[in-house]
Amino acid sequence: MCLGVPGKIIAIYEEEGLKMGRIDFGGVVRESCLDFTPEAQVGDYALIHVGFAISLINEDEAAKTLAILREIVDLDDEIGGHPQEDTVP
Amino acid sequence: MKYLDEFRDEELAQGILAQIRRVLSRPWVLMEICGGQTHAIKRYGIDQLLPPEIELVHGPGCPVCVTPLEQIDKALAIASRPDVTFTSYGDMLRVPGSGRNLFSVRATGGDVRVVYSPLDAVRIAQTQPGRQVVFFAIGFETTAPANAMAVARAKELGLDNFTVLVSHVRVPPAMRAILESPHNRVQGFLAAGHVCAVMGYWEYPAIAKQYDVPIVVTGFEPVDILRGILHAVRLLESGRADVENAYSRTVTPEGNRPAQALIEKVFMQTDRNWRGIGRIPMSGWSLRPAYADFDAELRFDVAAIAPQESPLCIAGQILQGHRKPLDCPAFGSECRPESPLGATMVSSEGACSAYYQYAGSAAAAGE
Ligand code: SF4
Repeated sequence: MCLGVPGKIIAIYEEEGLKMGRIDFGGVVRESCLDFTPEAQVGDYALIHVGFAISLINEDEAAKTLAILREIVDLDDEIGGHPQEDTVP
Repeated sequence: MKYLDEFRDEELAQGILAQIRRVLSRPWVLMEICGGQTHAIKRYGIDQLLPPEIELVHGPGCPVCVTPLEQIDKALAIASRPDVTFTSYGDMLRVPGSGRNLFSVRATGGDVRVVYSPLDAVRIAQTQPGRQVVFFAIGFETTAPANAMAVARAKELGLDNFTVLVSHVRVPPAMRAILESPHNRVQGFLAAGHVCAVMGYWEYPAIAKQYDVPIVVTGFEPVDILRGILHAVRLLESGRADVENAYSRTVTPEGNRPAQALIEKVFMQTDRNWRGIGRIPMSGWSLRPAYADFDAELRFDVAAIAPQESPLCIAGQILQGHRKPLDCPAFGSECRPESPLGATMVSSEGACSAYYQYAGSAAAAGE
């Protein structure tokens, strides 16, 4: 119940004064309330809990994290050394 | 899908595991707070892949599991009334109260309905003005914004046939309670990423410092969980009780401000009983006096209820990280998902259900 699921916002509209959206969860489309993420735009990925977007997924941060992790893995393969991951604030 | 597959990548996971092995010099006990993380750990067998020095104990972050028995019994009493349409998140229907559950109320004629979102319950109230519609508003900080929105909407719409049975709990007071227990074994926390998506993590540095435990905000995919563990082990090995964010694509330090503002408007902090654990001061939310008209406990007379818990169930100790599901003598025998004795066997976030569902991996891990 309390598990959040990421989905892609494919449409935004207003209903009875609430900001609502259609969210695509890998093929399954559901309606969600976007009132807590007023900055949401079509094409954004959002984390949906019980029919509400509680966070927008930051694509830059996702890409950065993956780049850092891949670097660790690659360095590990090449030199078997002790590379340091970034320290996250 | 984007941002799912990448964080399930096998090669990345193996790379992080290699790093964990490298920085590890001695045993550590970590607690993952959220039941969703417990399920991911069992499902992907992460506990088996980790070096044996790292022990994961399972936290109280399963809303269905910690909703106190007296609230379940109140729900059963309200749902049994002929004038009531009782609405709830689906997980709650099988949770055992003192002797029965919401499914059995429905089977004997009660109007009990599962809703996906609390706004659906408000819609039912709008379309059925002749019936009392009650929503079971349970959960942690993740469901609080949605539940607060339902109450605020009902007030805006002037609905006089909508109420909520509130049983809201908050994570930080539970972390303190766990750390203050004389039986505590937890040396570091993987904080629940989605709770932090709502609340941020500004409350955590004080906890980390006071109890000398590192806290790492952690996500739910295998790569996220392994990364959280790597950060926690690094902090522990270097003796630093810091707070780090290993889930930055979803969580910011300040969290979701509009959601926090609505929670603050509708709810106020209160003491709460946690099922199996007991009373934790200021560990939950209840409705503010301005929203008293929407309080199901005031509208329906359900005060004098004396709950009865199964004497076999050790879920309270499991939820505090003192014991594991396989320590329970009823596990898999008297207690199974079809006939659960405790809530931790019911929920898709409960530790007992995770162990039962992924029994193969638990056995292989020699637990
Ligand atoms: S196995 Fe069942 S009885 Fe035992 S602790 Fe878990 S829920 Fe309770």
